[in-house]
Amino acid sequence: MRIARISEIKQSQKQVEVDLSLLDPVIEKYKNVKGNMIPILQHTQDLYGFVPKDAFVKISRETGLKLSDMYGVATFYAQFRLNPVGKHIIKVCHGTACHVQNANKITDALQEALGVKDGETTEDNLFTLESVACLGCCSLAPVMMIGTETYGKLTGSESVKIVKEIKIKELN
Amino acid sequence: MAQTKVIVGLGSCGVAAGAVKTYDKLESLKKVDHLSFDLKKTSCVGMCFREPLVEVIDETGSYLYGNVDETKVVEIVEKHIKNNEPVKEFVVRSDIFDTPDDYFFRNQVKITLRNCGMIDPENIDDYEARDGYKSIKKILAEKISNEDVIKTMIDSGLRGRGGGGFPTGMKWKFAYNNKSDQKYIICNADEGDPGAFMDRSVLEGDPHSVLEGMIIGAYTIQATSGVIYCRAEYPLAIKRLNIALGQARERGYLGKNIFGVEGFDFDIYIKEGAGAFVCGEETALIASVEGKRGMPRKRPPFPAEAGLWGKPTNINNVETFANVPWIILHGADAYKQYGTEKSKGTKVFALAGKINNSGLVEVPMGITINDVIFKLGGGIPGNKKFKAVQLGGPSGGCIPEYLGHTIVDYDSVNATGAIMGSGGMVVMDETTCMVDIARFFLNFTQNESCGKCTFCRIGTKRMLEILTRITEGQGREGDIERLEELAYQIKDNSLCGLGQTAPNPVLTTLKYFRNEYEAHIRDKKCPAKACKQLLTYVIDKEKCTGCMVCAKKCPIGAIDGEKKQAHFIREADCIKCGDCYSRCKFDAINLY
Repeated sequence: MRIARISEIKQSQKQVEVDLSLLDPVIEKYKNVKGNMIPILQHTQDLYGFVPKDAFVKISRETGLKLSDMYGVATFYAQFRLNPVGKHIIKVCHGTACHVQNANKITDALQEALGVKDGETTEDNLFTLESVACLGCCSLAPVMMIGTETYGKLTGSESVKIVKEIKIKELN
Repeated sequence: MAQTKVIVGLGSCGVAAGAVKTYDKLESLKKVDHLSFDLKKTSCVGMCFREPLVEVIDETGSYLYGNVDETKVVEIVEKHIKNNEPVKEFVVRSDIFDTPDDYFFRNQVKITLRNCGMIDPENIDDYEARDGYKSIKKILAEKISNEDVIKTMIDSGLRGRGGGGFPTGMKWKFAYNNKSDQKYIICNADEGDPGAFMDRSVLEGDPHSVLEGMIIGAYTIQATSGVIYCRAEYPLAIKRLNIALGQARERGYLGKNIFGVEGFDFDIYIKEGAGAFVCGEETALIASVEGKRGMPRKRPPFPAEAGLWGKPTNINNVETFANVPWIILHGADAYKQYGTEKSKGTKVFALAGKINNSGLVEVPMGITINDVIFKLGGGIPGNKKFKAVQLGGPSGGCIPEYLGHTIVDYDSVNATGAIMGSGGMVVMDETTCMVDIARFFLNFTQNESCGKCTFCRIGTKRMLEILTRITEGQGREGDIERLEELAYQIKDNSLCGLGQTAPNPVLTTLKYFRNEYEAHIRDKKCPAKACKQLLTYVIDKEKCTGCMVCAKKCPIGAIDGEKKQAHFIREADCIKCGDCYSRCKFDAINLY
């Protein structure tokens, strides 16, 4: 249920300092455009990786969009994040095809290896683990996507190996 | 001598399978060896199971190579390009000789996918060379009236390919009859069904056909503006649509006085969805385009009367629009020759799951499910038994193996309790637990329920709780009846398609696989051996080498045994986590 997402997000929203002046061109572009709320939020997220609390306030003040409406939209759509994310976002596909090919094993293995639950970010801010509905690569099921790279026909241990390799690269 | 062409399939699935590396390798070989072939890109031809695909066209004919990795590229370039000796064993399709994969194409009729994998989707000339934009030009040149276009569409029998199955011509007629200074035409590309990727392939492979379909629709209903509502999860589709839109504007096919016709103003813009399954529903989609929470509203008024910004609006799906130019050019009769009495033409299906040839197929309506799965899909891998096929995603249902003779058309599929849906076909074998599948789909719809209607919001949650309990071995007598009661109440008391169809996966699995539910509840057994909590793990004494891996990994220390001697699991203590099973390298742990 979409409503359930709100309380989870509220509890965990952290205060992060961001450069709000980056928003000015976005606000300029979409100010007074009909149906602008979702594009503004999408661009904000492109800038920061998530939609910071201060950005909501600034957008509301400068465009006249209501804070409550924006918060409603941001919590309704799965795309919007209200918390900072790790450097790499691991999207594990849980579409039907991946489910019947045992995608749960991959999430389980990654949760164990990274020490985070689905939707959380690791302590070192390197990885965020996410479950997604369908990446559309059903023929390669089960699939996960890290950045723009897609990995197919995985097993639990293979997925952990891939993540560990990225981690080693990052540490060097 | 004609230039040899080398074409690489760069759809999402190809890219995921490594087609970019293949392309780069070809490019570097071309440079290093100063070869003169023409290197081109195309999109998905539907053979996802053979990706990456590379087609070589020389003066003798065409050769489609499958599973082309970097080593195969070297061999193909060496033998075929340099020495004109095709590497026959890698060829999956050719117009010169037969290949073992020919059956995959022989049973297909390509109308929607007529250009996918044939043209470079980023090049408008390629599209125009294959009759592109001829249909709209024909309408304008012959001054075919709006009513006549509507008549052709109604005669063709084309029904909405997004799943609803409403006749497209009728929809256009309603929108045409409502007079207004502003009208909108929307393309629904919010393909949210997990396991369906038809629309993505069309948008990636042939974006101009969708644009042309929309322009014809705009001419017919006199729309002034168009919107393509596309999932943000399809970045490649959005990129190619933007390229196509730019090219169409440049040629004067979009904008003011398009195609040189005074007063024919029409432009299209893309609206990126933000991830909500319910936005596939018309009124929710409109709310989302307006920048609101994507929640459906009551109908009437229908979008044809009051849609986007309160103006008459016509919404069709990607696949529907892609069919329109073909129908206008070839006539309603040509389209009608395919299909059954009430379902005309062809349908694209995305085959996935436990099937050998997963990919995209386009078949005439009226073909049986068995033919799709066995003739085109190549059957089930690993000699497993075909158990059921899920049609229509989370809104659809499971059709069991013994109804495999069901023909694919709207009415026959509906009669089984499933729905045609947008065309996702997920195949399941004997190792798939039907209770678990029902739980999976309900979990999805429960997550995606917008929360407006009480029955959908809370009813699906209660159903999910019961199903989860059953799969964890806590099922009780009366659970099945409670599920059924809730299912019908949710169906009757929900406003939109999401709630009305959410119980379908549960109802169809209850109808066809009731015994599996009973086995879970009464015997605490999962016949498919998929529900972990219901399994008993036993170590095979013959196979166990006493390596002690399982004993070390068991989180509660329920495995005993001496080094190099057979181990055993204390059943009373086992928490059934399955760790030992997945870690045993000797296949020595059996499931009962």
